[in-house]
Amino acid sequence: MNRHAVAAIYAFEMARWRRTVMQSIISPVLSTTLYFVVFGAAIGSHIPQVDGVSYGAFIVPGLIMLSVLTQSVSNASFGIYFPRFTGSIYELLSAPVSYVEVLLSYVGAAATKSIILGLIILATATLFVPLRIDHPVWMLIFLVLTAFTFSLLGFIIGIWADGFEKLQLVPLLIITPLAFLGGSFYSINMLPPLWRTISLFNPVVYLISGFRWSFYGQGDVSLEVSLLMTFGFLALFIAIVAWIFRTGYRLKA
Amino acid sequence: MEAIISIRSISKTYATGFKALDQVDLDIRRGEIFALLGPNGAGKTTLISIVCGLVRANTGQVLVDGHDNVADYRAARAMIGLVPQELTTEAFESVWDTVSFSRRLFGKAPDPAHIEKVLKDLSLWDKRHSRVMTLSGGMKRRLLIAKALSHEPRILFLDEPTAGVDVALRAGMWDLVRSLRASGVTIILTTHYLEEAEEMADRIGVIDKGRIVLVEDKTALMRKLGRKQLILQLAQPLEEVPTALARYHLELANGGTELIYSYDDKGERGSLAELLQDLGRAQIVFRDLHTTQSSLEEIFVELIGTKR
Repeated sequence: MNRHAVAAIYAFEMARWRRTVMQSIISPVLSTTLYFVVFGAAIGSHIPQVDGVSYGAFIVPGLIMLSVLTQSVSNASFGIYFPRFTGSIYELLSAPVSYVEVLLSYVGAAATKSIILGLIILATATLFVPLRIDHPVWMLIFLVLTAFTFSLLGFIIGIWADGFEKLQLVPLLIITPLAFLGGSFYSINMLPPLWRTISLFNPVVYLISGFRWSFYGQGDVSLEVSLLMTFGFLALFIAIVAWIFRTGYRLKA
Repeated sequence: MEAIISIRSISKTYATGFKALDQVDLDIRRGEIFALLGPNGAGKTTLISIVCGLVRANTGQVLVDGHDNVADYRAARAMIGLVPQELTTEAFESVWDTVSFSRRLFGKAPDPAHIEKVLKDLSLWDKRHSRVMTLSGGMKRRLLIAKALSHEPRILFLDEPTAGVDVALRAGMWDLVRSLRASGVTIILTTHYLEEAEEMADRIGVIDKGRIVLVEDKTALMRKLGRKQLILQLAQPLEEVPTALARYHLELANGGTELIYSYDDKGERGSLAELLQDLGRAQIVFRDLHTTQSSLEEIFVELIGTKR
């Protein structure tokens, strides 16, 4: 194991995050806070409880997931795309570093940033709504799993993208809509049967459901299904990354 | 001399169908400065990229100090420093941070004293806190060299190392390259500045259309293919070369005021002393004389031209 390389890449990525603290932390925390104010305090006070939880508190897990998903994808995709864009990736490809080490460092850093962000948003939420966390260990497990899984997806996007537009495309046009329609602001049990069935094809439903279960002990699907699906996505993304490394797709001619 | 890099039967055809390398065999000797010359698109950068692990070869094998650069890539790559042709640097990092990063990327523990030495050697010490994006092109070029030297490689690839670097700095870089060689580092450089190869290289390799056309000791190459000329400026113009001097194949130039004698070290056309004696006998008086020798550039152009 080239531990110096892993530590260097990890530290490099975290330093980049600190340099862009406005964009990395303050911006997502501010926008999530606005959601709390608008949907939690202003509109939420006129909405009855959902599954026995006040609406303001109900949306907290979904909003955290929304930020964790988008930031994981965005951090990891940018982290690997930028050296490709500048050409400085030559150094990484010519270094005595294995693909596993590359993955550990880039995805590890992206996931770390998302986890920290998720915890900051969670702390911010407690200022606006009364919160309880019934299963804190499971909450952390889901947070970490989701951050790593979607950082892997971000890494894949960062390899696939051949321009900044594509880099923005997937988070904007796919991840955000999936998160909004995946039960961030509502329980899918509130939907008509057809839309509920369609929603079950949305992978984010399972992530949000499991995460919400860790807060309030109830979700749209069972804990086991949520876990199974989360591990399923993790395995799928690992398989895609393994294929990328095996073939050198967009990395080596 | 023992080879530190052995390239055997390397071929590379890109997805576009372009055949960049065709059955390349090449040995780089330990501790030498090897200049790889060739026109644009000849395969120089592809060959370097394959050795360094940036491009996958279709066939063949590269051994770096006995380590297969695919099967045993860690050991092979740890020995190599690469300075790429393009100025590909991070933008927002400081000079110090990015050079320190490179060292750790190659598996070496932080060593501030070594980083300081490298930056001072490359006249970048004053810029150590500057962001990379604020550096000039020449400074970025030196930064890339600093990054490549940060992990103390035993082999250094310099792909067009002095492109965009001013004359004074170029001379400084040549000194650095020589001092690296003196410390035992093997250096492989590609360059468009043939005087650079002529100045520094121990051996020259010429690649064209993906094939190694020639590998030769520089001095031997210059001797073998280099042409020398003796130019005599005559006191009185001649209308034609006297038949008594026919065996020298002399040429008249500048309206008969110059007599040119082309010769080589083999002395096939007679020695200079004999020529001067024969000129005296023919009562040809000259005011001045000087000699010229073909540069590596002229040899290179002639060589590539002949092969095409």
